[in-house]
Amino acid sequence: MLLDFLVQLFSRHSGNSREQAKQRLKLILAHDRANLSPAALESMRLEILGVVSRYVELDSEGMQFHLATEGGATALIANLPIRRVKPLETGLSHSEDEKA
Amino acid sequence: MSRVIVMTSGKGGVGKTTVTANLGTALARLGRSVVVVDADFGLRNLDLLLGLENRVVYTALEVIAGECRLEQALVKDKRTPNLSLLPAAQTRNKTAVHPDQMRQLIEKLASSHDYVLIDCPAGIEQGFRNAIAGANEAIIITTPEVAAVRDADRVVGLLEAAQISSTQLIVNRLRPDMVAAGQMMSVEDVVEVLAIPLVGIIPEDREVIVSTNKGEPIVLSANPTLAAQAIQRIARRLEGEVVEFPKLASLGESFWERAKRFLNQKVL
Repeated sequence: MLLDFLVQLFSRHSGNSREQAKQRLKLILAHDRANLSPAALESMRLEILGVVSRYVELDSEGMQFHLATEGGATALIANLPIRRVKPLETGLSHSEDEKA
Repeated sequence: MSRVIVMTSGKGGVGKTTVTANLGTALARLGRSVVVVDADFGLRNLDLLLGLENRVVYTALEVIAGECRLEQALVKDKRTPNLSLLPAAQTRNKTAVHPDQMRQLIEKLASSHDYVLIDCPAGIEQGFRNAIAGANEAIIITTPEVAAVRDADRVVGLLEAAQISSTQLIVNRLRPDMVAAGQMMSVEDVVEVLAIPLVGIIPEDREVIVSTNKGEPIVLSANPTLAAQAIQRIARRLEGEVVEFPKLASLGESFWERAKRFLNQKVL
């Protein structure tokens, strides 16, 4: 009992492998289920980044882009931290100005 | 209307055959007529776990080939009157049988039994396709380990594609002490990831090894262990009874049980 308690105490320090297992599984299952090749995913990533970068300047440091599963459904999780918004010279609002 | 349930997992070594043998026995002891079918052609083991290996004369293969009648191949379990086994052939491999032949065989068994439990081989190749051919329900057995859960998820997808109407989950070999210590995924974790309904939680049990040594299913024991009780609860759930899942802590050995076991080992 005491040993279990100590193991539990120290295992906190070395990280929770239960949580690690779950997170790794969610990631791998999303890829298994989507059956999307790494090359296709990378090409999609580049294309999406291209579009978003037209409007805002992105912080490449904290960027995340991956598939995940939640309750049987697969989702594309993109976390794109914005450094600053670019002045609107191209894109949607510009063409709307033209119409007006 | 009889129920034909395929017991499958994708990954090997998670306890499919042990669970099949015990669940079949537990259902038969509830008064149902049950046949357990070994669909692992070439690597049969269900006969061993039930302690029926010396009574196997014919196998499913001879029935399919028309060399004997179905009734001749069925091995009746003398300890459990309502239970019989249809053994797999040990000499031939998994490609010796086709899904259509399996479907016909299972249909015949279903007409004369309440439950047909099919013990599926590991993998997702022809042996798997044969095993699921005649089934209308599936039970997926997994352990709380990443490789087992990943393979289980793959099988869930294949069963959906094969239009198996109901797929339920058994989490096997759970170690409540490790879950509490953050060293093993919990049942909730596994259910969240796989997103299929849960029908049973079976804790890790040393008695399983002892019972397989003897060829006596653990549910037959006069003093059923926690794992044996868990399987008996699964049988009742399949029968439609609402049986609560016990709390995690009560699935583990208590301090006194552990101490007793420790002392027993020292004395013996």
